[in-house]
Amino acid sequence: MIFDQARWTDDDGERYEPLLSEKRSREVEPSDDDPLPDDLTRESLELPDASEPELARHYTRLSEMNYGVESGPFPLGSCTMKYNPKFTEDIAADPAGHVHPDRPDGSVQGVLELQYRLQDYLGRIGGMDAVTLQPPAGAAGEFAGILVAKAYHESRDDDRSEVVIPDSAHGTNFASAAMAGYDVVNLPSGDDGRVNLEALEAALSEETAALMLTNPNTLGLFERDIERIAELVHDVGGLLYYDGANLNALLGRVRPGDMGFDVMHYNVHKTFATPHGGGGPGAGPVGVVEELREFLPDPHVRAVEDDDADGGTRYETYTPERSVGKVHGYQGNWLVLEKAYAYIARLGDPGLADASAKAVLNANYLAEQVEYETPFGPFHHEFVASAGEQDAADAAKRMLDYGVHPPTTKWPEIVSEALMTEPTEVESRRTLDQLADAFNAVHAEDDETLEAAPERTAARRIDQVTAAREPRLSWQALDREE
Amino acid sequence: MRSDERGSPFAPHTAEETEAMLDAVGVADEEALFDVPDAVRFDGEFGIEPRSERAVREEVGATLARNEDLTEFLGRGHYAHYVPSMVAHLSDRSEFLTSYTQYQPEVAQGFLQALFEYQSMLVELTGLPVANCSMYDAATALGEAATLASRVRQTTGTRVLVPEHLQEGRRAVLENYITGSDLTVESYPMADGNADLDALAEQVDDETVLLYAENPTVRGCIEESLADLGTLADEHEALFTLGSDPVALSVLEAPAEVGADVVVGDCSLGLPTAYGMGLGLFACREEFLRQVPGRLVGASEDDAGRRAYTLTLQTREQHIRRERATSNICTNQAWVALRAAMHVASLGPGGLRELANDCVRYARDLAAELDDVVGLRAPVHDRHHLREFTVRTDQPAGAVAADLAAEGFAVHTLDDHLLQVCVTDANADATDDLVAAFEEVAR
Repeated sequence: MIFDQARWTDDDGERYEPLLSEKRSREVEPSDDDPLPDDLTRESLELPDASEPELARHYTRLSEMNYGVESGPFPLGSCTMKYNPKFTEDIAADPAGHVHPDRPDGSVQGVLELQYRLQDYLGRIGGMDAVTLQPPAGAAGEFAGILVAKAYHESRDDDRSEVVIPDSAHGTNFASAAMAGYDVVNLPSGDDGRVNLEALEAALSEETAALMLTNPNTLGLFERDIERIAELVHDVGGLLYYDGANLNALLGRVRPGDMGFDVMHYNVHKTFATPHGGGGPGAGPVGVVEELREFLPDPHVRAVEDDDADGGTRYETYTPERSVGKVHGYQGNWLVLEKAYAYIARLGDPGLADASAKAVLNANYLAEQVEYETPFGPFHHEFVASAGEQDAADAAKRMLDYGVHPPTTKWPEIVSEALMTEPTEVESRRTLDQLADAFNAVHAEDDETLEAAPERTAARRIDQVTAAREPRLSWQALDREE
Repeated sequence: MRSDERGSPFAPHTAEETEAMLDAVGVADEEALFDVPDAVRFDGEFGIEPRSERAVREEVGATLARNEDLTEFLGRGHYAHYVPSMVAHLSDRSEFLTSYTQYQPEVAQGFLQALFEYQSMLVELTGLPVANCSMYDAATALGEAATLASRVRQTTGTRVLVPEHLQEGRRAVLENYITGSDLTVESYPMADGNADLDALAEQVDDETVLLYAENPTVRGCIEESLADLGTLADEHEALFTLGSDPVALSVLEAPAEVGADVVVGDCSLGLPTAYGMGLGLFACREEFLRQVPGRLVGASEDDAGRRAYTLTLQTREQHIRRERATSNICTNQAWVALRAAMHVASLGPGGLRELANDCVRYARDLAAELDDVVGLRAPVHDRHHLREFTVRTDQPAGAVAADLAAEGFAVHTLDDHLLQVCVTDANADATDDLVAAFEEVAR
C-alpha cells in the first residue's frame, strides 16, 4: 500500500470536506461610501467568508484527498508524470521574474535572455532551427504549428485542405487541425501498431498540408520507417509535424529534425518536468526548420550584438516577417518556461540522455513484470497492456485500492481494454515491483471485486452518468435542488 | 543515490539496479532498448553543460538581475494585485501541484472540489449559471467565445464586432481562433472611452453573431450603457459577450443583469504579474452547456451515496470528439484557477469589493493629481475609471514615457500624445513619486 486515503477521516468518520459556501458565506451590499454611482454597480455579492485558519484547513484537507506524483507512482500513459524538482519552484517564485508583459524590451533583458537561451536549448534538443515559446499548452502548440504550416503553404500560393492523422494520435491533433480549418484524414494503424506505408500512400495527396505524427507512438512503438514516411509526405509537398508528447523516450538518441520533421511542439510539463498542476499551466513551445522561421508567432526573441550592453549582447522581441500572429494574449506561460529552463540546465547532456535511458528501461522492465498481455513491442517509454476479459476501467479502479495511480485506460483503441502504462525514469526498481504487484493482484481478481472498487479512496466509485445527465456545476445548482 | 552516479539526478537507479533490470529485460545495455534505425540516430551532443542545483539558481538569479528595477504603472488587461502568502503556501502542496488532470476522480476529490468552488465563485460574480474551470487567458477565451457563437447561432452570419480600443493580443488571438470558421472580425467605434452606441446600432445587423464589449474597457473606463448593448445584441440574436475580471465584477453591474450571454476575461488574482501568464475566464448561459469549451467539474454521488465531484460532459472534448470537439483545449490553467479561488476566498466578499473600490479611488485620485501637472490632462475620458486611465501630454508621449523610465517608472504609450497609467493596491504607495516624476518630465 503506497497511498491510502481511507486513513484520513473527519470527526464523523467521513472522508468528506464541506464546500466553502457551506462553512461560512456573507452577502455584501453597496454602502454610501462606495465611490461609484448605483446605476453602474451591482446590488449585492455573496461569497464564502472564512477566516485564514479555516481556509488553511480546508485546502489542506482537500490536498489530502488528492493524488500527485509525490503521493506515489503515476504511470499514466502519454502523460509523462515525472517527479518535479523543488528548486525550480524557488526560481519561479523570484520576484525579479515577475514583470509586466508590456514592459519595454530594454527593461526586461533578464527575462528575454532566459527565453532566448531556452529557445536555443529546445532547438538543439529537437534538432530544430528556431523555437517559439508562446503557446501556453501542448494543444496550443499544435494549433500554432499547424497555423505555421498553413501560412507556409499559403505563401507559396499552394492551397491545401487536408491534414493526415493516425488513429492512435492524441485527440488534440484532430481538434487542432480542425481549428486551423483543415479536413482530417484518418490513417488506420497497421497490424504491427505502426504506420502502414500503403495506407499512408493512399491517404496522401496534393491536398495534404501535413502529417501529424508522434514517434514513438502512443503504443510506445518507434516508427522505424520514419525516413520513408518523411519522404512520402515531402514528395506530395506536405510538411511533417511532430507531436512532442512522447519526446521523453528519445532525448539524446534521435532528434525530430533529424528524422525529417519540419515542425514540432514540446510539452515542457512532460519532458522537462514542470508540474502539471492538476491540468495546467503547461507550455507548448514550437520548433521549426529554417524555412518556416519567418512564420513563427509574434513576438519572437532574438539576440543582437551590442557593444553598449552588459556582455555585449542585447535581446529583443520582433515580429517574424510573415508571422502567423498570436495564439496567446502575451508570451505564454512564462513561469512554466522558467522552470523548464532550470530543469534542462540542471540535467545537461548526460542527464537528458540518462532520463530517456531510464524511462525506456523502466517501461520495458515493468512490461516484463506484469501478467497482463502486452502485445506489440519492443517498447520505448510506455507500453499498452490488454486487460483481456476484464474491463480496463474497472481494473484501474481496483488498482487505486492497492495504493497506486492506474494507467490510462481504453486508449488507444487498437488494443482492446487498453492499459497504457508509462512509469517514467523517476521510479525505482522497488517501486516498479510494487506497481507490478498491484497490476498482478488485480489481474488475478474476479469481475465482482473489480466492479466494487475502489474502497480505500476519498470517494467510492462515482456515478458519471448522472453527473452528465443532470449537470450540477456550482454550489448554486446544489442549493437550488435543496 | 544517483542514476548510475552520473546521469539524471532524478532517476533513482544505482548501477547494480540498472544491471539487474537490464538482465530481467534481457538486453546487454540501455542502448539496445532503443529501437531506432542507425540512419536517424543522433550521435552528437546538445552542448548543454549540466550544472548543480545551486549553480542553476545563481545563474538564473544573476540573469534576472539584468531586468531593470522599475515601478510598474502598467495594466491593459494584466494587473498586479497583492497575493496573500496563504495562496502560495497552500497551492504549493505537492498533492495539488504535482497532480494531473482528474481522470481518476476517486483519488482527485480535493482538486475537483476546489475547481467546483472556483466555478461557483464565477457563477456568483457573473450571474451566469455555467463557468468552466479555466482557459489560458482572456484572449483565448474571447477566441473560444467567437467559435461558440458560430456553433450555437440558429441563423447564418459571420460578423464578430469588437471595440476599436481592444488589447492588441486579444484581437490577434481572436483572428487566429476563427481560422477554421467563416467568421470575420470588425471594429466598432468608441466614444469618449465607451462604446459608441449610435454608431454601433448602425453597424450591427442580422449577420452579426457576436458583439463584444468590455467593462471596464481597456482604457479603464466603466462602460455606462451595458444594458443597451445587451438589448442591441439581443435584437439581432447576436451573442453578447462581456470582457471583465473578478475584481471589477465584484462591484460593477452583474453581467447576467445586463443581458450577457458569455463572460470572458483575465482573472488577475492568484498570481503575480508573470510576463503575461494568467488565467482565462469563461462563463455562459445554460443553453450553451453542451457547446462550452474546456473542462467542467460536476457534482454527483459515489457508491456510498456521498456527494462527489468529477469531470463531466467530456463528450464535448477532443479526446472523445476529436475533430468535432468544441475546442482543442486539454491542459488548461487548473492550478492558477485553484490559486484564484484561494485568493478570492481569502479576501471574502467584503475584501474583494474593498479592493475594487480602492482601485476606483486610486485611479480617480491619481488622475486628478496628474491633471494638475503642467503639460498633462487626465483622465482623458470623462468617465468613471477602475484601476487605469489615459493621460494627454503636451510633449511627445514616447519621450515622456522614456524619461519616466529613466526615473524608474513604467507607463504605457498609446499614441503620439497619449499615455496610460494603471494603479492598484500593488503600486498605490508609489503614486506621489510618480506624480513628482511627471512634474519633472512632462512640462
